[in-house]
Amino acid sequence: MKCATACRWGCDARRITRADAQEFLQTIKSLPIRLSDPVSYDGLFSMADRHGLTVYDAAYLDSAVREGLPLASLDNALCKAAGKAGHKKRWPAPLCSIIALKRLAYMHVSDLRGRKPHEISQAISLNRRNFLRTVTGAGSAAAFFGPAALRGMAASKNRKAVVVTFGGGARDDETFMPDGQENIPHLLKELVPQATFLTNVVNKGILGHYVATASIVTGVYETFNNFAAVSPNNPTVFEYYRKDLKRPATDAWVVAPSNGFARIGESGNKQYGPGLGAGVILPKRLLSAALSSASDGARYQHLLRDNYETPLYAPSLAGRQIELDQMAAVLKLSVDDFAAHARNLVSPDELSVYIARQLMRQISPSLLWITLHDIDIAHSGTFSLYVDGIKRTDRLCAELWQAIQKDPEYANKTTMFILPDFGRDSDIDSGGNGFQHHRTGDAVSRTTWMMALGPDVKQNVVVDRRVESTDLIPTLGAYFGFDARLSTGKPIAEVA
Amino acid sequence: MLPNQLTPGSFSGYPREARQTAIQQIALLQRLPLAFLPLLLRELIVYDWKFPAERADLGRQFAYLGTLAAGPFQTAMSAFAQLKLTRDLEKTDWVNSPAIFSEQLSAHLWATHQIDAFRAAAVDYVQKASASAPDPALPTHRLGIAVIGQGVAKNDYRLFRKLGPQGVYFTQVKHVGGVEVLLKAAAARAEAHPVPYGHWYIDGGASLDVPKSVTRISYDALSAPRATLQERMQKTYEAAVFDPEAFRTMLAQIKPEEAGLHSGGDEVLNRFQLSLLTEGSGTQVFSTTFVQWAAREALRRAQPLTLVTRFAPRQREKQMNELLAEHQRKPELDPQGSLIDADMGAYYTWLNQQRLPGEEKSAFLAWFEDHDEAVAIAPTLERGKRSDTPIDLADLIARLA
Repeated sequence: MKCATACRWGCDARRITRADAQEFLQTIKSLPIRLSDPVSYDGLFSMADRHGLTVYDAAYLDSAVREGLPLASLDNALCKAAGKAGHKKRWPAPLCSIIALKRLAYMHVSDLRGRKPHEISQAISLNRRNFLRTVTGAGSAAAFFGPAALRGMAASKNRKAVVVTFGGGARDDETFMPDGQENIPHLLKELVPQATFLTNVVNKGILGHYVATASIVTGVYETFNNFAAVSPNNPTVFEYYRKDLKRPATDAWVVAPSNGFARIGESGNKQYGPGLGAGVILPKRLLSAALSSASDGARYQHLLRDNYETPLYAPSLAGRQIELDQMAAVLKLSVDDFAAHARNLVSPDELSVYIARQLMRQISPSLLWITLHDIDIAHSGTFSLYVDGIKRTDRLCAELWQAIQKDPEYANKTTMFILPDFGRDSDIDSGGNGFQHHRTGDAVSRTTWMMALGPDVKQNVVVDRRVESTDLIPTLGAYFGFDARLSTGKPIAEVA
Repeated sequence: MLPNQLTPGSFSGYPREARQTAIQQIALLQRLPLAFLPLLLRELIVYDWKFPAERADLGRQFAYLGTLAAGPFQTAMSAFAQLKLTRDLEKTDWVNSPAIFSEQLSAHLWATHQIDAFRAAAVDYVQKASASAPDPALPTHRLGIAVIGQGVAKNDYRLFRKLGPQGVYFTQVKHVGGVEVLLKAAAARAEAHPVPYGHWYIDGGASLDVPKSVTRISYDALSAPRATLQERMQKTYEAAVFDPEAFRTMLAQIKPEEAGLHSGGDEVLNRFQLSLLTEGSGTQVFSTTFVQWAAREALRRAQPLTLVTRFAPRQREKQMNELLAEHQRKPELDPQGSLIDADMGAYYTWLNQQRLPGEEKSAFLAWFEDHDEAVAIAPTLERGKRSDTPIDLADLIARLA
């Protein structure tokens, strides 16, 4: 009844279509939901009376208390009543939608035994979009328009943006789902409360890291070979930014993990292209050049491995020394200091963040794009290393945000966007092998999240409507004031 | 070339049994759309080295497609037929190199945003083909056993977080006899229900002895083939002109004996083991990945009645600063990380077992080696329960076997 009512309200408010409502209600019907009666309806009435709740809400509280489960609610009266009833298990407001998803996911997984493969698949392939939107719709809307939504500080005229792709490919299961939350303490406790959090970001393009990142950067689903060293076909955000706003070359930079991303900064589009893109720094490549003269190359082979996804990809690029010289000039960092610092870092992503921070200190670019990639170790099939990558990325995102807050050039005028380029395959899809790859194109591998933090962004807000990863560039366009005219995405009003 | 142009001579390059089967089914093959046929041929071309269960499955697909009348046949294939392919794909030698074709097809489908349509068509086809004939009766229920955590003295990781809700979590398992008890149970099942490739033991280290009725593979036993393959891959990787397609072809065409797998042995098993190393990602380097992938492939292809997997510590992944250090440490193992890998690997093994016929009766045991913790899953056991009652490992496996 509640779900149907929520759907009706959603239709009336035109937040969802009737077809969406029907689809969602069908999904609900397919779930193995267990009905639980209260121990006593008299008790329920007393509880409602005692706390000034509706009987319906009292039933939620009664259920949470008896089952010993956290109460996922944005309803102040209900949460207050829970406190008075001694039920302390409650999730922070912005996470309620995620927790609700968790609860449903638990119901799914707990009832898989003895099912046929397609039944398992059907049961697990929960319509995440509809679930999140309908279950959290009221809550997130209240948070968005109500007092909980803190207005950011007044926008600065001198805006900056830092984009971090939480790479390469992280699933909800290991991040915002219940078992994953221990892996992202910084995102959960430090960043989400300051952010507008979009729970339903879909990537409809090719799920390869370079081509997917290129798609995010151009706002168009690029279709080139993921393992080819080519420029994107459509103008990148850096070209729009620099051409429309007449910004110098030093104002837009990309820090990317591997040689494959060498051409991410500039497209092959004739109206934009050469001379209008971003500077691209590939820290691992620099490190390779810095170490090659004095060291045994084979020793670093593993570290300098270009791509976790396939051993078949090894683009060779020339001009190492020139790049090293440029690095020294741009970053005011000697090759020796760079190599020495690298010796104290545990992963290539740490090196990328180190370079990004050096860029921020030395030339303060207004548009900085950092593509992290440690997580992609998942392709080796080692779950623990994949999770280690997530934990490290979580920490590095927080460090970047802290660095932004401490740097006068960035503080109070910078919006940071964090998003995985896409997810990874579901455990349930028989065509894949769970977290290891992103080859099935199933909903889990296509659906992920994004958060935006900054002075112009509302804090503590969850947006559960569907957006696409190609929407980021038009959003940056609205933020900076350029026209991403060839992008197929749309500005995300909640963060633009 | 298009499917309707196939002739018996088209299959002259196929191994004997594959060729015979293809020629026998040629009228059917000629009617299949190009977006579908090479995927079927990819399975057929290695028919001679298929496990019995795989042969039966191919037979079922041929029977399903062959008995469909014209209308239903067209309906069954329409989603594949509607996919837009290119002339280049048509020109590919998809008869003799169906694996390469399927990679190119996959890239094309992604690039042209047809992958979702293909995926839906494939799922629908598999469901209908599976439903076309009843599953054969099994001589006994399936049993999966995963032994995880070898070498871990103390553990802070919350184990069985995914398997636990499916069965009973035992906290007081008396493990006298340990792995041998479990292997003995597997051997007893193999003796009671002798089925070719019906009972397996996969070890991430050096394997223990089991009767020949149990198919045995281990990471250690494959150390020579692993080294040979890695060397070949490295040479190709370092070549002045790197050709990814040639690299793929090299891997696909390598023969077991070239990788150091003894000729004269079990050719089917040798091919299977080679495929684990050439088609698996990370299987050459990490033993935990090897065991998980080998279990997945054994379940998918051989559909065993009994599967024992024993995860061993994998090598430790070195951090960047260690790699850059002047004096590197000797190769080390990572028991704790391997335990986490294996915990997930055990869950995936259970999931893959559940994909097989007879899943409603199947049983599964995951045991933390040399420790008191285990999860047992069976139709007779309650789900999501915890038992603090002491129980012998032998008694526990007896309840499941």
